Amino acid sequence: MLRRLEVGALALLASLVLAVVGALSGSGIAYGLALVALVAGALGLRFVGRRFGSWGYAEREEDLLVRRGVMFARLSVVPYGRMQFIDVTAGPLERAFGLATVRLHTAAAATDARIPGLERGEAARLRDSLAELGEAQAAGL
Amino acid sequence: MSDTQPPPEHWHRLHPLSPLVRGGRATIAVFIILIPIAYGRDSLTHETPQLGIIGLIVLAGVVSWLVTRWRIEDDDLRIETGLFRRQSLRFPLAQVQAIDVVRPGLARLFRVAELRLRMAGSSGATARLAYVAEHEVEPLRDQLLALARGARHEEVAPPPAGELEPVRQEEHVLAVVPTGPLVASILLENWWLVVISVGLLVGLAVSPHTVAGLLAGGGFVWALSMATFVWRRFNQQYRLTVAEGPDGLHLRGGLVALTAEVIRPGRVQAVKLVEPFLWRPLGWCRLEVDVAGRQRRKGEGEAQRSELRALIPVGKRSLGVELVDRLLPDRPRELSRPPRRAFWKSPLRFPALSWGRSDTCVATTSGRLRRVTCWVPLEKVQSLRHVQGPVQRRLSLASVHVDTAGRTVHATLRDRDAAEAGRALADLTDLARAARRRPALT
Repeated sequence: MLRRLEVGALALLASLVLAVVGALSGSGIAYGLALVALVAGALGLRFVGRRFGSWGYAEREEDLLVRRGVMFARLSVVPYGRMQFIDVTAGPLERAFGLATVRLHTAAAATDARIPGLERGEAARLRDSLAELGEAQAAGL
Repeated sequence: MSDTQPPPEHWHRLHPLSPLVRGGRATIAVFIILIPIAYGRDSLTHETPQLGIIGLIVLAGVVSWLVTRWRIEDDDLRIETGLFRRQSLRFPLAQVQAIDVVRPGLARLFRVAELRLRMAGSSGATARLAYVAEHEVEPLRDQLLALARGARHEEVAPPPAGELEPVRQEEHVLAVVPTGPLVASILLENWWLVVISVGLLVGLAVSPHTVAGLLAGGGFVWALSMATFVWRRFNQQYRLTVAEGPDGLHLRGGLVALTAEVIRPGRVQAVKLVEPFLWRPLGWCRLEVDVAGRQRRKGEGEAQRSELRALIPVGKRSLGVELVDRLLPDRPRELSRPPRRAFWKSPLRFPALSWGRSDTCVATTSGRLRRVTCWVPLEKVQSLRHVQGPVQRRLSLASVHVDTAGRTVHATLRDRDAAEAGRALADLTDLARAARRRPALT
């Protein structure tokens, strides 16, 4: 299962605005700047797209897999029994798009299992199912 | 207040001298202020503000003592404290990771001791009973440990594993840290401190003015903090004794402030063997165990800092390895080296890198100048992470991190062949799952 977050659209929007402003002002330099902004925007879009495309998670029988990162590719394995608690957060931007971030905490501070950009319903479902599985398989320290 | 062991419903108070000892340095300061007054150099009217402040401090101490009480309820330790902001704390004894008995210098003078229960959980508090009369501390600790093992306080319930008698059994001393090597090891590990100190002394002989200027300009504060750092380590680790008892590993030691600690079996999250650069020619090592618990919060007493316990602050490598064998009998014997091309990724670490696993334990070695060997029992693994950075991708390498609930042990299978790292991740996941299912061995 893989979910994408299309925040990259924002980058494109920003570069378009820049390009329009540059075109309206009418000088040669402004045209050049607008072109650069467009190219940067397109590259940024690609970068952000790739980055967000790399996020993924899989619910397995006894553990959760979370992967992320393009430059630094990370894959975390978190056994359900080790989860201490789960939190679901939604920042202002995420709220605007109806999204939420699910974060898993274990007793180890280094554990880094975060799934951003989930639709809110899916986030709630995931949280409940993880909590249930965690309870069923809980292991002491 | 309570000399005999009362029924469990009874509330206890801390030792009446607690506020005095807790005040620590403040108490000493108060005495220093009081001395001139006692000698009557001045008339009392001159000293009214000082006396007022002292009175307030004493009052605050007495009040905080008055409103604090504790008792054992079933399987919990309950502490109530606070006058305005009343706190009622409950500590489930089943989750106790370790129990410490701490005796700072002043506490020893007044024959009291602090009992500290370390709980699991990164945000969980430490239960502190400061202070309890010295002769009550040992029985109380044994009682708490017995309760933590699942025995009831009536001691009627049959011990499940056969050897859970509250009677203190003979402990078996494993190692005592000799003083000479301890001093040498602290100096060798902080060799740059020695260099700077010697430099300062030489400078003092050559041109006293420059050095005096340096010291005045912040150098003095720095020197003082360094001195306290060295002193604290020495104080903590002086004649540290490791012993094996029926209720876990016993650690005892200290010069002025005595600490005694019991680490319950099966609570060790990870073991780390450190060989600082300058110790290596001498064949010395330091062995540390990591117990679950939270990070030190800001503003906690200095004594709280003794978080990560060095089982052996300094000792022969063979002794360290022997102790590791005792803690983790099934530790991996063979470690495998990373592929040669890993040299280009981490040239300094390369000579030290290796890892190995058995069915219940994983071991890794790393370190640039100092060698660090970590052992993590697989049933304590919290999560696993497979990481591949840009340089590693080019060289087709990858690392696997083994996360534990401890605070300072970072076991990492660094810079392995990518395929091997993937296999290791899958294997370790399966083995850790199997290890969790298995009932705890120790």
